[in-house]
Amino acid sequence: MSSSYWLKTASGFWEVVVGLEVHAQVSSHSKLFSGASTAFAGSPNATVTLVDAAFPGMLPVLNEHCVEQAVKTGLGINAQINLFSMFDRKNYFYPDLPTGYQISQFYHPVVGEGHLDVDLKDGSSLRVNIERLHLEQDAGKSVHDLHPTKTCIDLNRCGIALMEIVTKPDMRTPEHAMNFVKKLRLLLRYLGTNDGNMDEGSLRADVNISIRKPGERLGNRAEIKNVNSIRFIGQAIEVEAHRQALLLEAGGEVVQETRLYDAAKGETRSLRSKEDAPDYRYFPDPDLLPVVLTEDYVNKIRNSLPELPDAKKQRFMDTYGLPAYDATVLVDDLDVSAYFEEATALTKNKSGRLISNYLTGDLFALLNKNGKTILESPVSPAHLAELVDLIEEEVISGRIAKDVFVDMWDHSKSPKAIVDSKGLRQITNSKELEEMAEHVLANNAQMVEDYKSGKEQLFGFFVGQVMKLTGGKANPALINEILRKKLK
Amino acid sequence: MPSLLKLDFSALRSKLFSKEIKAREVVEAYIHRAEETRHLNAYVTETFDSALAQADTSDERLQKGEALPLEGLPLAIKDIFCTKGVRTTNASKILYNFVPPYESTVTSNLKNAGAICLGKTNLDEFAMGSSTMTSCHGASINPWKRKGDAADLIPGGSSGGSSASVAAGSSLAALGTDTGGSIRQPAALCGLVGMKPTYGLCSRYGIIAFASSLDQAGPLTRTVRDAALVLEHMAGHDPKDSTSMNRPIPNYESFLKGDVKGLKIGIPKEYDREGLNPEIKALWEKSAQWFREMGAEIVDISLPHTDYALPVYYIIAPAEASSNLARYDGVRYGLRMDGKSIDEMYQNTRTEGFGEEVTRRILIGTYVLSSGCYEDYYLRAQKVRRKVLEDFTNAFQKVDFILTPTTASEAFKVGKNLTDPLAMYLQDIFTVSTNLAGLPAISVPAGLSGSGLPLGMQLIGPSFSEASLLNAAYALETAAQFKSPLFEELKCHHPIG
Repeated sequence: MSSSYWLKTASGFWEVVVGLEVHAQVSSHSKLFSGASTAFAGSPNATVTLVDAAFPGMLPVLNEHCVEQAVKTGLGINAQINLFSMFDRKNYFYPDLPTGYQISQFYHPVVGEGHLDVDLKDGSSLRVNIERLHLEQDAGKSVHDLHPTKTCIDLNRCGIALMEIVTKPDMRTPEHAMNFVKKLRLLLRYLGTNDGNMDEGSLRADVNISIRKPGERLGNRAEIKNVNSIRFIGQAIEVEAHRQALLLEAGGEVVQETRLYDAAKGETRSLRSKEDAPDYRYFPDPDLLPVVLTEDYVNKIRNSLPELPDAKKQRFMDTYGLPAYDATVLVDDLDVSAYFEEATALTKNKSGRLISNYLTGDLFALLNKNGKTILESPVSPAHLAELVDLIEEEVISGRIAKDVFVDMWDHSKSPKAIVDSKGLRQITNSKELEEMAEHVLANNAQMVEDYKSGKEQLFGFFVGQVMKLTGGKANPALINEILRKKLK
Repeated sequence: MPSLLKLDFSALRSKLFSKEIKAREVVEAYIHRAEETRHLNAYVTETFDSALAQADTSDERLQKGEALPLEGLPLAIKDIFCTKGVRTTNASKILYNFVPPYESTVTSNLKNAGAICLGKTNLDEFAMGSSTMTSCHGASINPWKRKGDAADLIPGGSSGGSSASVAAGSSLAALGTDTGGSIRQPAALCGLVGMKPTYGLCSRYGIIAFASSLDQAGPLTRTVRDAALVLEHMAGHDPKDSTSMNRPIPNYESFLKGDVKGLKIGIPKEYDREGLNPEIKALWEKSAQWFREMGAEIVDISLPHTDYALPVYYIIAPAEASSNLARYDGVRYGLRMDGKSIDEMYQNTRTEGFGEEVTRRILIGTYVLSSGCYEDYYLRAQKVRRKVLEDFTNAFQKVDFILTPTTASEAFKVGKNLTDPLAMYLQDIFTVSTNLAGLPAISVPAGLSGSGLPLGMQLIGPSFSEASLLNAAYALETAAQFKSPLFEELKCHHPIG
């Protein structure tokens, strides 16, 4: 399932065309147009100002931090930053929308066209073009199950800033869409403009899906609203594309409509047709002035951008010689890459490769097994660095290091302390080893004869015997050297 | 014995400051006058008890020599300004029970300057009208009568409760809002000074929105000097209103020298319309003559897009209103009429809560914003709006101020035009352009009609020219020597001394 993904039905192959509208909550302490907190509140309507509740005579005042976050994100997706943008009202009645309109940017968004390159499983990459990014308000929440006949309204979320990121219909497979969202989420986390938390709804997507026969023009699309997991995005595309194909084959027509993905039933359901869609009567919000940015302002933000995932991956590969796959694994999680960088910096030789191996190998295995995140790891970056130094300085062998690592995990102890207390230091004294080698050879005289008459595979046996005597603490290379000399 | 009710604020203030009279006496006199004139239906909510308490506080400050600039000013507030703890209805059934937990910036500024609020005044519902007849509290009545005719006349609108109150002497100054003429037209019809400042001079925070890009608060007073005093203490930057301007507010009173020598006063030919009341036309010419006599130069100018201003206004204002009024849905405050579904609840609430004129404007506004109409109506109106502004910008290259009549006719009878929206909309013909252009304008009472009713002249200035505009208005006021017989007749319940 990569760049060529065709839906096959009785009438042949269909191409699936996907575009996304991602809604990402802007990381900000206060709402887009009011001073109310955006922190999760324990009780309903606890973070609501008179502006949020649309009391008469209340006016919105733009939170400049949210504009900065949008610009930052725009730069992250390689997009045009519009120095002139405006806020418009999208008018519709809904009980959890107190003003009767959502303030959004319809005519002049703050960010224009851009793109994001998405890595695919087969090693290729797909450029997804982005049409625009605009700021808008979130609505509140209607709660229908607290009272048999009444609906309760919670306005805590009402007015929280969202970035809506709209792609062009550039994706052709579920993998494309899923990887796009993964990549975007990662980017937003790097930028610090969204926490990427899909479970809590701070990142969600509307998925536009249509199908066509190869070479034909775009078909009618259905919009699947508010899909809030990457897995569901993939599933929704498969299910919806299939539904459309069957419908078309049966002589039906795909109608432009809004649908809902029901993950439990594995189906999409119609929410409302285009005819029922409200006329939003967009017009510029007269309570707000146009947003006018300067090149200077944008450049300042550009210059303060953190290192982004693609650049970091390249740096890991160039600086530490990491394979692309390993670098991707590290970069895909900001906490993991931070752990990696901290540990690597603490090693004497900046041994990124070894740190990466232990991190993505032994440590990941134990974290997974115990259901812990990297931030909860009992093995600190300093301890891992110390372990790598012990290996590199040949104080312990890689073999012993594996055991020491398990001890480090179990007791959160420094590897040096473990090595010392258990006497695990590698025997590097060649005199001691020579004595042991002589002892082994003397006790196995027949085998020595056999070896000398051509049974060279016995060499490993002698090495094993010596290693056994040292309790595994010998440097295998040194044993090899001594035995070869003695068996000449 | 002169009644203290006869004094304008600048005169009253010197008597308060010299401790010749007490703020309590002033407030008692005005309360008495308000009770005496209740039939005018100027006030919809009276706050006499808190006014008396505030008067005592004022007296304490006066006693200690810590008087505030507007100390003891008996002020009436249009019921469109949210007042903390005091019912604010906007003359609409939909807000019949609404008590704001907050205070508008403008009223808060005035109270902090020592003004004393006597109550909330009537208006057209949601400020939509020019007669104060569309109020859910019933019409207000103009204290002026035609010679030999006892019929009740309208006080203008939408700030008609405010104009009726100041004209009747039941307040010394009143607050209004002006979206298309709602301060200047009632001021003109009641023989008062009414000023709409530059858009952005006064904060809109806490003023119930009608049309956000046009609404602006301003004073209605007996004299230009009082308008200057009140305006100075209303205006100022407010971070809670993104459209309020951050610029220093001068001491407007200090500009009132009455010297207009060398000023160029423009007379726009487009305002000399067919059907313009000949008396008003004559007064307009007379006013120009006064300016000429005072050493100003009269210049004929053209504002070519004038004829489009009214239709443009009646697209933009309803468009913004249709959206601004969406919040009155019965969910959080105000009237709620139950229904079987949420849509039915909305429908029942809004049908019951909004009057005919408000409903009409919501429908017009919804229509002009709807998909397919937006480009033809709203967008085109915005383009023409820019042309209207350009007209003024060009004119102010040539002249300092523009002189026009404020209204095309004198006050009409209560009940007239109520069923003829177009006739009512024509009331705004001389005033809407300045709202579209965001410019300051002031109406000054300049004479009486043949039937003995007051007529107003309007002076329009460039953006933020309030200080010099007030001076020009002061010169006009001085030349016109307008004396309201209503103030002359005020009875001596509270003689001075």
